[in-house]
Amino acid sequence: MQCPLPLADYPRVTLAHGGGGRLGRRLVSELFAPAFGNALIDSRHDGAVLDALAAPLAFTTDGHVVRPLFFPGGDIGKLAVLGTVNDLAMCGARPRHLSLSFVIEEGLAMETLWRIACSIGVAARENDLRIAAGDTKVVEQGRGDGLYIGTAGIGEVMAAATIGPRAVQAGDAILVSGDLGRHGIAVLTRREGFALDVEVDSDCAPLWGPVAALLEAGIEVHCLRDLTRGGLAAALVEIAEDGGVELEIDETAIPVSPPVRAACEVLGLDPLLVANEGRFVAFVPRHDAARACAVLRAHPLAAGATVVGQVSARAPRGRAWLRGLFGQARALAMPSGEQLPRIC
Amino acid sequence: MKFVDEFRDPALAQRLAESISASVTRPWRLMEICGGQTHALLRHGLDRLLPAGIELLHGPGCPVCVTPAEVLDQAFAIALTPGTVLCTFGDMLRVPGNGQLDLFAIRARGADVRPVYSPLDAVALARALPDRQVVFLAVGFETTAPATALAVREAREAGLANFSLLVAHVRVPPAIDALLSAPDNRVQGFLAAGHVCSVMGWREYEDLAARHRVPIVVTGFEPLDLLDGIRRCVAQLEAGAATVENQYARAVTRDGNAAAQALLAEVFEVVDCPWRGLGVIAGGGLGLRAAWRDFDAASRYAAAVAPAATAADEPCRSGEVLRGVLKPPQCAAFGTRCTPEHPLGPTMVSGEGACAAYFRYRSPVDHADAMPAAAR
Repeated sequence: MQCPLPLADYPRVTLAHGGGGRLGRRLVSELFAPAFGNALIDSRHDGAVLDALAAPLAFTTDGHVVRPLFFPGGDIGKLAVLGTVNDLAMCGARPRHLSLSFVIEEGLAMETLWRIACSIGVAARENDLRIAAGDTKVVEQGRGDGLYIGTAGIGEVMAAATIGPRAVQAGDAILVSGDLGRHGIAVLTRREGFALDVEVDSDCAPLWGPVAALLEAGIEVHCLRDLTRGGLAAALVEIAEDGGVELEIDETAIPVSPPVRAACEVLGLDPLLVANEGRFVAFVPRHDAARACAVLRAHPLAAGATVVGQVSARAPRGRAWLRGLFGQARALAMPSGEQLPRIC
Repeated sequence: MKFVDEFRDPALAQRLAESISASVTRPWRLMEICGGQTHALLRHGLDRLLPAGIELLHGPGCPVCVTPAEVLDQAFAIALTPGTVLCTFGDMLRVPGNGQLDLFAIRARGADVRPVYSPLDAVALARALPDRQVVFLAVGFETTAPATALAVREAREAGLANFSLLVAHVRVPPAIDALLSAPDNRVQGFLAAGHVCSVMGWREYEDLAARHRVPIVVTGFEPLDLLDGIRRCVAQLEAGAATVENQYARAVTRDGNAAAQALLAEVFEVVDCPWRGLGVIAGGGLGLRAAWRDFDAASRYAAAVAPAATAADEPCRSGEVLRGVLKPPQCAAFGTRCTPEHPLGPTMVSGEGACAAYFRYRSPVDHADAMPAAAR
């Protein structure tokens, strides 16, 4: 689909597009509205009025910054929608409503904004998500990275019991929904000036489907966490600390694809710390572990699900342990700041 | 993964560990020179597979750690000069200079600081930004120095007047010599850094082994390499031998990489050089030859850069860690006042530093309360 805005007039976003005047209005009616299509709740008002939902609500907010804006397997628009979907899914909630706030850097190509808006529309429709509200601001050139997207999302909680770190119990099995590290490596190796040729696509994917499958199968899900920034290690350390439990995972059981592993070896990165955008960790009772694994594997977005560890019955001190290749255990630590490629 | 999994075989590792145990009749203290080796040892817990009498001391082979604070201060001043882009390897960005500042903080003050993966990327940047001065902060051992030489040669061939180098390259053999000559030396045998030797070969080490009567085993970085290197070093110690031995035969020859050495010789000359934590080491560094001095950032930015001040007292004991006389957890600041988020000194900066390795793979709770047997 071609960008419907008259590009000859405005091939790039100008400060006036965020000025609250005629141009901003045209941006909404001629670019965002057609791109979002029937996912957009058609309310030209200061806010959207939503029907009350029957179930308890889950509510989340997220800011999305990514460089480059387009990467193998996705773009910032898809990432923004799915990131919000996934945060809601981790609460056991079916995603329902989304709001979007665009901070655009002056000079962004209108065609780029159109492609990203279309990607948002597709992701929203595919995930049965209504776009209820939006906002656009334009900042001067040099004061943004092209585009930032802030989102908020509302979901309908479908899980019978509370899902979260405090619900984790000794003896629970720990599952991951697939191989790790794809998003972080796909994005890092596509940055300008980064001459490492790795055939890896981002794992960017909506996680409500696999979570819904677990809930529908009657699996008693204790905790879920999507493995975004900080990767599996950060998620496990957080859950161990917040839940006051002792976690043990087995390094040899952790799935990492050969190209991601190779890239991590070359760059000196630890796949456990690398970001994902379509993977989660699930805590389920031990007796449900095999069934949970089978249910996840039957879903196309969690076909690589596997058990990687368990919650220890030892005196809990809020730590996550990794048993390595040579049988030696070490405590997992949160990553400190940005992951940086090593010197040699 | 090919060429990796073969060198991480748990059954073979167990056999090597048993063979080391069987050969040991008394305690020995070995030093692995390279920070990459330190990280591999701790990450995989290989030190715990060794018999109690074998103590591993962690050497100064971490370029991030030994780059003098004064050079970092110079880099900060250069980066803050308008019109400049400062490039360096990613793990230099968190290293503190003489004060609390690091390159991340300098970047937050508005400087254009960019991590690059190769010095050639910095040359490409200079080509792409003709109106800016691009300075590469060149750190690293003989492993990385040839790439810097290649970069500056490429810059000259391309006639790039806006590219320069702040050189802080260092050489391993003089550091080994200094460690062994120190009155508090505890090292009885060395694992030399395989990657450095893949460039330089091991001729330079033969004199060291003979003069100080220590075995030196050129060793790789994979778990089986490290265990095999330790096994060979222990066997020499037990036999009273002191020769250079090559464990890393798949990458290293006695003469090394002649092309890389020629490149080094063309661009650099051996200079006396301060190592952070260790002081000035005779012949311990590389400086630009006279013919290449027009690419020297320190003179190009002489107005901005204060003359190399004498090093301030370090707020941390990383010098002792780098010499192998202090283990990171023995430092009172380790894991409390000093963490990777707030490093007091360079050895805590993530990358190759021994303190960072202990913090990452042996958290403080780990020391206070080792993991119970049930979970091993």
